[in-house]
Amino acid sequence: MSKQDSYICVDGIWKAFDGYPVLRGTSLAVAQHSATALIGASGSGKSTLLRCINALETVDAGSIMVNGDLDVTAFNVDLDAIRRRIEIVFQSYNLFPHMKVLDNITLGPIRVLKKSQKDSKVAAMELLTRFGLESKALDYPDRLSGGQAQRVAIVRALAMEPEILLFDEITSALDPMLVGEVLDSVRELRAGGLTIVMATHEMSFAKEIADQVCFLHEGVVWESGTAAEVFERPLRAETQGFLKRVH
Amino acid sequence: MGISPSNFSYDYHVDNPAPDAETVYVDPLRQARSQKEARQDAFIGIASLLVFVALVVLLVGRSSGWGTVAETFFNRDQFSESFPGLLQAFWLNVRIFLIAEPLILIMGLLIALARTLKSPIFLPIRVLATLYVDIFRGVPTILAFLLGFGMPALQLTGVPSDAIFWGTATLVLSYGAYVAEVFRAGIGSVHPSQTMAARSLGLSSLQSNRFVVLPQAVRNVTPPLLNDFISLKKTRPSLQFWDQSRCYAEPKLTRLQTLITPLMWVRP
Repeated sequence: MSKQDSYICVDGIWKAFDGYPVLRGTSLAVAQHSATALIGASGSGKSTLLRCINALETVDAGSIMVNGDLDVTAFNVDLDAIRRRIEIVFQSYNLFPHMKVLDNITLGPIRVLKKSQKDSKVAAMELLTRFGLESKALDYPDRLSGGQAQRVAIVRALAMEPEILLFDEITSALDPMLVGEVLDSVRELRAGGLTIVMATHEMSFAKEIADQVCFLHEGVVWESGTAAEVFERPLRAETQGFLKRVH
Repeated sequence: MGISPSNFSYDYHVDNPAPDAETVYVDPLRQARSQKEARQDAFIGIASLLVFVALVVLLVGRSSGWGTVAETFFNRDQFSESFPGLLQAFWLNVRIFLIAEPLILIMGLLIALARTLKSPIFLPIRVLATLYVDIFRGVPTILAFLLGFGMPALQLTGVPSDAIFWGTATLVLSYGAYVAEVFRAGIGSVHPSQTMAARSLGLSSLQSNRFVVLPQAVRNVTPPLLNDFISLKKTRPSLQFWDQSRCYAEPKLTRLQTLITPLMWVRP
């Protein structure tokens, strides 16, 4: 895929924390309505890359363009505009513990999108129903299992009607029994045509739903291609070594 | 279906089905035993308490100075004589509390928020807030009460000379500094990932403070805030010292009042 027709175009971004380089000229192209899986060892820069796309981190060099019209890395960028279009779901859910599930979900639509209380609640209930969580709407987050909490976090992100959804190792904190229900939710979103970029350790899941798999190694995209290419016929020694270790 | 020891068994099969998931079963013998133990514990606790109180009464009552102490502190006549004055003082106490407390909370919160401002343009505000907190926490409250002498003595027009006004103002300034630090600790106790989640939803910095960080911060610091309220209630009698020194020419306080007034502020 050429840079011109990619939906998200990450072009040579650098990022260091306290002099320790995490991203070293990373480039990535993501097509609209596709799912991209970022794989690689811990510390390879997957999370940092996602957070740069959402402008939660500022880059040291390079650029990230979305849909050819939004430069996420511009100096005077409107952060709110980015975050209305790009939502991120975290490994540790980060639900707001002092709010009921429904209020967690409607906070963004009411305060940022300026929707009415009523409309936001109706929309939130529809989403909760779609993910089988309608009975949890009036519970506080501490009453949820890890899988339910993570699905609520996904619903909270969806309520903002984003164009792009970023998943930062969303199943890593979960009991193996609960991973399935969260992955089912992602499958559903994938079928709905959202553009998804996910950092993940679930290799079989990445293989199943990703249109594109990128292996990150020491802060650069070391190898990328279709799931079949990267998983079945990895070309580079580091990719082969990583896949051997995780399987 | 009731559970009996005969069908409570690990050997479940078709004729002896496993109990349903909500069933709670406790061996009746164990249940009786734990009830008996609970009754014994209650009895021992009460008996122990009674013995302790009896010992204290015996030891204190037999001490040689008890007569004088009882005469000084527990005199019925003096109590009934000074009670109306104390009641009045208590009411004043409550009123000052009701005025001072909300002002302290607002002041503390504003100062704490001012200290979290990041933009360089707010540097003067941050410096002022830090100075205020450090000075008013450092100065003994009793010295801060000098406001009550000093401000009226300046004889500025429009500045009230009322003792209650300046006493309350001092309490607000002094406790505002403490409460500001409590709030700041509360804000710091909310994990940064909460702000990150709020900001990534598109909430502005102000909104994420208002809807996500502050509600959690206030919940986290409710116990230390209550500490400060109680302490406030106990500091207020210090007002009495300088108020009394102004009205020294009027020695109408009874002995009991002199002893108890440090607990409440009495204006003779």
